[in-house]
Amino acid sequence: MGAYILRRLGAGLIVLVIGLFGLYILVSLSGNPLANLLANPRISPATIQAARVELHLNEPLLQRFWTWATGMLHGDFGISTTGQAVGPQIWPRMWVTMQMVIPAVIISIVLGVGLGVWTAVRQYSIWDHVSTFFAYFFFATPVFVIGILLKDFLAVKVDNFFGHPVLYTLGQNNPGTTGAWSIFVDSLAHDVLPVLTLVLITYASWSRYQRASMLDVLNADYVRLAKAKGLSQRRVRYIHALRNAMIPVTTIIALDFATILGGAIITEIVFGWEGMGRYLFEGLVGPVTPDTNVVMSYITVTATLIIVFNIIADVIYGLLDPRIRYA
Amino acid sequence: MPDPRETTDMSPGMLLAGVGGLGAPVGEHAPITQAAELTAAQAGLAIKARSQFQMALSRFMHHKLALVGLFLFLAILLFSTVGPVFWHYNYAQITSAFGTGPSLAHPFGTDTIGHDMFAQTMTATATSIQTAMVVAALATVFGTLVGAVAGYYGKWADALLMRFVDLTLIVPGLVILLVLANAFSKSANNWLDIALILAALFWTVVARLVRGVFLSLREREFIEAEHAIGASSTRIIVRHLIPNAIGPIIVYATLTVANAILVEAALSFLGLGIQPPHVSLGYLISQAEGDATVLPYLFYFPAAILILIILSVNFLGDGLRDALDPQQRVRA
Repeated sequence: MGAYILRRLGAGLIVLVIGLFGLYILVSLSGNPLANLLANPRISPATIQAARVELHLNEPLLQRFWTWATGMLHGDFGISTTGQAVGPQIWPRMWVTMQMVIPAVIISIVLGVGLGVWTAVRQYSIWDHVSTFFAYFFFATPVFVIGILLKDFLAVKVDNFFGHPVLYTLGQNNPGTTGAWSIFVDSLAHDVLPVLTLVLITYASWSRYQRASMLDVLNADYVRLAKAKGLSQRRVRYIHALRNAMIPVTTIIALDFATILGGAIITEIVFGWEGMGRYLFEGLVGPVTPDTNVVMSYITVTATLIIVFNIIADVIYGLLDPRIRYA
Repeated sequence: MPDPRETTDMSPGMLLAGVGGLGAPVGEHAPITQAAELTAAQAGLAIKARSQFQMALSRFMHHKLALVGLFLFLAILLFSTVGPVFWHYNYAQITSAFGTGPSLAHPFGTDTIGHDMFAQTMTATATSIQTAMVVAALATVFGTLVGAVAGYYGKWADALLMRFVDLTLIVPGLVILLVLANAFSKSANNWLDIALILAALFWTVVARLVRGVFLSLREREFIEAEHAIGASSTRIIVRHLIPNAIGPIIVYATLTVANAILVEAALSFLGLGIQPPHVSLGYLISQAEGDATVLPYLFYFPAAILILIILSVNFLGDGLRDALDPQQRVRA
């Protein structure tokens, strides 16, 4: 298993390097960071030339990539077009984003798998139909529509009901909160709506996959055998059936992780979080577009997270299904 | 790690069972001998032979949700294309009513500039659907071509495709689209640009799907037989492999319409999708966000239409999946 993980990490590293190279080229060619300066007739050619040198734009593209890549090997993300170092920006922002994504993934897995199993053993009951209805609804709703509904309609009503803000709709915390407990409560109050937004767009498809997979397994011969030899329904369902029913869903969850990070970009913008998704967005749309080092810092961190998450899912997949040999 | 959404791990029998009966590919009906037909007719048991298409159609017509989806989608299509012809306001026209609620004159109200939201929603719906259909068409044709070449010839063509697909899997698709849209979406007539940008990402999924089907089919006996009688590769791909993969391709093309509408809406919401003078549903929703608490109907109507389109297309896709590809009931 250890050798397998190492090999996966190695393969992941190769994909990462090739991917980052391709994306660096794509991002660099997607715009001219000097466009604003060039469009302004009051800025002298000397200033523009100075900016070009500062951003290394006078160098060939491949050399710029090399400079960036060797910097990355030392953990240096480079500087943004505003002259600030990117490294001290991206790490705290990653934790802000994770404050939203990690709870959302955990809750979605519990809700998706739980609801899938619960409705599979109650196939065609009223609860099954209700759950199907909501799954289709959330499946069809864009993430920002859910975000806006929660923010402008639910939160306002809840806060009016209590007479003071219970659910916050802007930012990831209130600056200046002191004391561990207060900080925790404050973060929680800011976390509820964004996490709920991500959960609602995520759990729906997982619950459908889990339901379909559980139904498959419940009709399998070995489950019938387990029932026939007199095991309790509980044991048959949750020990014999569930473990196998979770195998296909593991793959779906791993593949959807990238989609959740994409959804987090929009969620951060709806709820005004200073996370890394917003950082990417600002690096892309400007005022200077594209801020290659900023955009690449997001892509590097995200791609690494996705690769690591997929390896973890692979390991869990192997634990659930011992027939898979990691030789 | 096998991906259940791909068809690579599916045994060829599973795929064929739905399309042509085990081991009998499309277009090769088992001949019913005349004698057998006569005796069956004499016994009053004659079964009318049905083509693949008739069987799929019958399965589709018995799928209630799919029919609901089809009618809903056609109704929305009619509303968005024929509606503006009869409606007395143009989507770009500025009326003298500013920020009024729904009324007989303005069923969806007006925004703070004075646009009639009914006209705007109709035009935006048409733009969104039109964009998504172009995306689905481009992605399906291109993805099928690339997937076919990679799946049939294998070797370096396959390796090249899979490495490219790997790249699209390590970052969220939205990020790639944001980079592309930021570079290309500044031109005025931009719904087609946005469609091209979306298709540039969506084709990889179709290619993966087609590649998977081809990989599992190309080793089968009926393909080997074609090789033996000297059929060209083009003939094998066009006459045998694509017809057997057509079910999943059609289903996926349908779902791509829904996905493309959702993703375009997300891009518009971020200001990188379809922009004025054109309007899309995502653009209308993003414009309504600022007034959401004061003028909620500006938000409700486009959002509701958007959700209805996606719902109807998803229902339609589920019905098509059950009709064309009955072994693949993943979300049933």
